[in-house]
Amino acid sequence: MRLLEFQAKELFREYGINLLPSKASTTIEEGRKHAKELGYPFVIKIQVPVGGRGKAGGIQKCQNDDELELKYPQVLGLTIKGEKARAILLEKMADIKKELYLSLFLNRSKRCYTVIASPDGGVEIESVKNQIIKEVGLGNVSEQVAREVAKEMKLEGRSVDDFVEILQKLAKLTVEKEAELAEINPLAIMQDGSMMALDGKFVTDDNSNFRHDELQKYQEKTEIEERAEKSGFSLVELDGDIAVVGNGAGLVMSTLDMLSDNGGKPACFLDVGGGATTESVYEALTLISKMNRVKGILVNLYGGIVKTTVVAEAFLKAYDDKLINLPVFARLKGTESEKAKEMLKESRTKIYDSVEEAINAAVMGIKK
Amino acid sequence: MTDIFKLLRGTPEDPDYKKKGVIVQGITGAYGSLHAKNMIAYGTNIVAGVTPGKGGQKFEDKVPIYNTVKEAVDATGAKISIVFVPAKFFLGAAKEALEAGIKLLVAIPEHIPVRDTMEVLDLANKKGSVIIGPNTPGIMIPELIKIGIMPPTPFKAGKIAVLSKSGTLLYEISDALTNAGFGQSITIGIGGDPINGTRMIDAFEMVKDIPDLEGLVVVGEIGGDSEEILAQRIIDIGFKKPTVAYIAGRAAPKEKRMGHAGAIVMGTYGSAESKVSMFNKANIPVAKRPSQVPVLLAGKMQQSD
Repeated sequence: MRLLEFQAKELFREYGINLLPSKASTTIEEGRKHAKELGYPFVIKIQVPVGGRGKAGGIQKCQNDDELELKYPQVLGLTIKGEKARAILLEKMADIKKELYLSLFLNRSKRCYTVIASPDGGVEIESVKNQIIKEVGLGNVSEQVAREVAKEMKLEGRSVDDFVEILQKLAKLTVEKEAELAEINPLAIMQDGSMMALDGKFVTDDNSNFRHDELQKYQEKTEIEERAEKSGFSLVELDGDIAVVGNGAGLVMSTLDMLSDNGGKPACFLDVGGGATTESVYEALTLISKMNRVKGILVNLYGGIVKTTVVAEAFLKAYDDKLINLPVFARLKGTESEKAKEMLKESRTKIYDSVEEAINAAVMGIKK
Repeated sequence: MTDIFKLLRGTPEDPDYKKKGVIVQGITGAYGSLHAKNMIAYGTNIVAGVTPGKGGQKFEDKVPIYNTVKEAVDATGAKISIVFVPAKFFLGAAKEALEAGIKLLVAIPEHIPVRDTMEVLDLANKKGSVIIGPNTPGIMIPELIKIGIMPPTPFKAGKIAVLSKSGTLLYEISDALTNAGFGQSITIGIGGDPINGTRMIDAFEMVKDIPDLEGLVVVGEIGGDSEEILAQRIIDIGFKKPTVAYIAGRAAPKEKRMGHAGAIVMGTYGSAESKVSMFNKANIPVAKRPSQVPVLLAGKMQQSD
């Protein structure tokens, strides 16, 4: 899961990484209280799980009560890259001398953690110049390695020790919480010479959730997503009108691509997994029935082990129970697919021999 | 470099040539037993099962079950194991297998924490063992040996190597290849996790020198940069066999995990555009849809004739 800035900072604080005083809130009433506690001036920062907040107006300076009354609701009402504000962070204004970049991330092709650091931070990682890259195995960073990085960054005096300490703490946090990415950007050297994390990005490995009860408070799931997870499905909600269902992540992604190529707009990505049963497909249809935007369902099942007849049964039951009254455009390939076709002959589910035909029919059918 | 064919098939002087023994860890579970049966039906020589506490019993009245991998290895001499245990028990099961001398470990489970995979790979490196997966459909030489969960129907013996991150797309594309007359010499499931025991590039090294190889099909998806690295390698060594790629996830939103733990675009890292452009650079056509793969492959073959 991807933590919000203030959540990442909670972890940073727990691990002793230097931060500016800040307070997170979701209402202006709380915000007013925090403003009194922090004192002006401070920065109002929108909390969304995407980057590019500054450019979108999600980070605003605030000098006094009047500005707070004006800007707090403004920032809280923003939507950035489709993401609504989850909270507002008020953070004391900083007197910055220099902005650095620091992250630990899971390097997939090298199959190890990598430290990336740069003396030129404060911009998105793609534009960070003079990157110093060090492979650090399972993520632990020794003092020696940390000092080497500091040296290559040409840090001097007090900054060297501060940097070494922060890097080692960030590494400890990464290892202990099983993060895929822990980023401080910018990591700032202040006018008084101290070093502080001004922003934080933290992405954990969802597969290790069972070992991290302490992180579950950060979990952000819609009711539909929660139900999907319980059923062993993978679900990603999208904003189109054709629900895409299939078995296997690759196949569903592929179906999404082909639908988009043909001018269709996917309403969701729903992978029912390899072991689809009548119950699980019925549950998938139940989830889709809760998405009001859906006008049709595109099904692409490659049933190697899955019997396509069990899928057909689920559709029939869903119509019988009046769970759905939507057209379904299905491509069912695999064992007993001829029998499945026969079963669905009289229903609103139309079966096609190829996924291309099913997609064409879905796109045309929705337009009507 | 690992001679994967030697592991899977052996050499003619081996007493167990073309019938290498395979151990199934988790053979009594619902999933493990279903696929053990399917593998036996396909002709894979399943010589033992492992389920702690069930040692002494027999699977399907034939295959002996042991409490530990070591006992199974001692009794059978098998060097191959396929693991079906739940994700949270994978670390222990895999370490046990590697310590017992398993040289090829096929890791089927999904949802294994990255840290556990990395620990297992570390040990596999030290032991000189190969891990396929995790979150893989497995590995097979069609019509000879299947170590995995793939249905048999899409596959046919032949001379095309298929490497795939996804399971169902491997079936789908192999099916299309088979129907077009392209059988497969080997299919390797890379797996959908961020960290793979056998990466695209490793799998490529395993297959690139197959003497009668006639073509290569790479089935990738968004996330990571293993396709880019493979494309670069193909350029670097001047690999000339007809090669075609397919990339799933072009329409996926950024920063969202698309079913597979590894299928996520972060910034530009892992994007479909990046992969497609690298394949283009390597003069490898990228199919827009699975059914296009055999068409493009046939085209490539004509060019090279």
